[in-house]
Amino acid sequence: MATSVLHQLLDISASRFPDRVAVEEAESGSIRYHELARLSDRLRDRLRGMGVGSGDRVGICMRKSGDAVASIFGVMKAGAAYVPADPTAPAQRNAFIFHNCAVKVLIVEARLAEALELEFSKLGFTPQMIVLEGTGAGVPLTKALDRLDAVSLASSVPSAAPDPSHLAYILYTSGSTGRPKGVMLSQGNAACFIDWCSDVFQPNEHDRFSSHAPFHFDLSILDIYVSLKHGATLVLVEEQLGKEPGRLAPWIAEKRLTVWYSAPSILSLLAQFGKLDQHNYSSLRLVLFAGEVFPIKYLKLLKSLWLHPRYFNLYGPTETNVCTFYEVPHLIPESQTEPVPIGKACPHCEPLVVNEGGTEVAQGAEGELCIAGPSVLEGYWNLPENTAKAFLPGCDSRWYRTGDIVVELPDGNYKFLGRRDRMIKKRGYRIELGEIEMALYRHPAIKEAAVLAFPDDDGVPIKAFTSTRNGSKLSIIELKRFCSENLPLYMVPDLFCFLESLPKTSTDKIDYQKLKSMK
Amino acid sequence: MNTQDIKTTLKTFILNEYLPGEDPAALTDTTPLMTTGILDSIAVLKVVTFLEDQFHITIEPHEAVVENLNTLSDIERFVTSKQV
Repeated sequence: MATSVLHQLLDISASRFPDRVAVEEAESGSIRYHELARLSDRLRDRLRGMGVGSGDRVGICMRKSGDAVASIFGVMKAGAAYVPADPTAPAQRNAFIFHNCAVKVLIVEARLAEALELEFSKLGFTPQMIVLEGTGAGVPLTKALDRLDAVSLASSVPSAAPDPSHLAYILYTSGSTGRPKGVMLSQGNAACFIDWCSDVFQPNEHDRFSSHAPFHFDLSILDIYVSLKHGATLVLVEEQLGKEPGRLAPWIAEKRLTVWYSAPSILSLLAQFGKLDQHNYSSLRLVLFAGEVFPIKYLKLLKSLWLHPRYFNLYGPTETNVCTFYEVPHLIPESQTEPVPIGKACPHCEPLVVNEGGTEVAQGAEGELCIAGPSVLEGYWNLPENTAKAFLPGCDSRWYRTGDIVVELPDGNYKFLGRRDRMIKKRGYRIELGEIEMALYRHPAIKEAAVLAFPDDDGVPIKAFTSTRNGSKLSIIELKRFCSENLPLYMVPDLFCFLESLPKTSTDKIDYQKLKSMK
Repeated sequence: MNTQDIKTTLKTFILNEYLPGEDPAALTDTTPLMTTGILDSIAVLKVVTFLEDQFHITIEPHEAVVENLNTLSDIERFVTSKQV
């Protein structure tokens, strides 16, 4: 059945499979479909009572949990868009996000609330808050709603009318100007992608989906909605576990996961350090990866250890969701040293490869991949100029410019060649190097900063070149600590290089080409 | 290998691999390594492999955690306990 709006998926599955487990947590229990639907209804009622309605935004800042899933659906049932933030990111960054899109209510874990309120007060921002004493299988959210009901009972209201043009969520990604920017996706944008997943992956209620990506990351859209649409179980991978291949490998086998979806980086680590030959992965039928290039040597290694699942490379920026896909052949030739292609366009996406002037290139020529179709973003929150620049000018269709340089191979598959700007992907995270530079410039001793990435098969080391006001070297440890207070940990530079002054071009701009040669 | 040797060996490894160019004196026994971005998750795996090879110990996956590996002192204590 075609998906109309996301929140209906849960209610339909709750009526078909009320007693099946919807969400399972590593250590905090699980929540069944009828319980999840009921809890999200209660939150909807409370939010509506707090004045939330169509066109509003509600922030979510908590550990990935049954409570977070219930919150997501409750927000959409109330007619609003949810704005998930990384609970491990600095409070200052999250406060910026919630203030930027003016959330009407913030649903937040108590341990994070105080630091956020402090940052809000600096901004003169006072959203209403629903505070949870922890997270786990929906219990703290239930208790928080009980407490509020004890003061004044929320009246029961119907869920928002299904309107595919309604904003469903805003995902903030790294912004080149030093501030995260909010990608606005409508219910319809997500729905066409979820229906495509149903067609290609044929999920059913016996599937057990991994939820490895955090909910502020667009990979979570497939995890949450495809699994819940089909009455399957979403098995949440706790954040720390998700980084440790030695513990994660036996856990995947023990949990009998059938569908795995993540960035390639953790799959590379599982192949190298997971001792995958020692466990039984017979349940696993699909391995999906997205977000960055999968080094071919580790993909080959993984396929030699997990022989029977089907493997898919899913490609697409947050702005379009997955827009091309490639099923990895059963046997990768030994001689293949190039990464697998990003594949062909999904049927709901229309691809176009253009040159710098925005004109379509001949087949087989390099160019920037542009995508049109119903999954393409509405725009960036409150950034009309960025939104305008994101699309090809002077066209009838809305062609989103991915910024990715590709070439169409003779067999019709697209091959990813690189970026046209300074965005990189590290462990699946999208990072604007400019945002790291802006964070470094906030350090009082730093005079100049330029950040570059030097990707190789083992990762994407980020190197910061800096000069200081008094010419002296700074402590790298101190600089890393400073960065970790201003940026998510995955954005902290791996390496630092101090120069008397940064090299300049003839127009007195920082000479990135020269720095590139100083690897 | 005595405890000072463990720390010195480890300190040299971390300085060379993850803090090239840093003044060795800045990396103290109590500098947090995992919670401030000096060692990311991949670096932790490499430190674990280094410790296993260097000190002939086996580190179980559940032991590669912040409580055991966040500072040079923590690691030294952890390695010593594994050598007994």
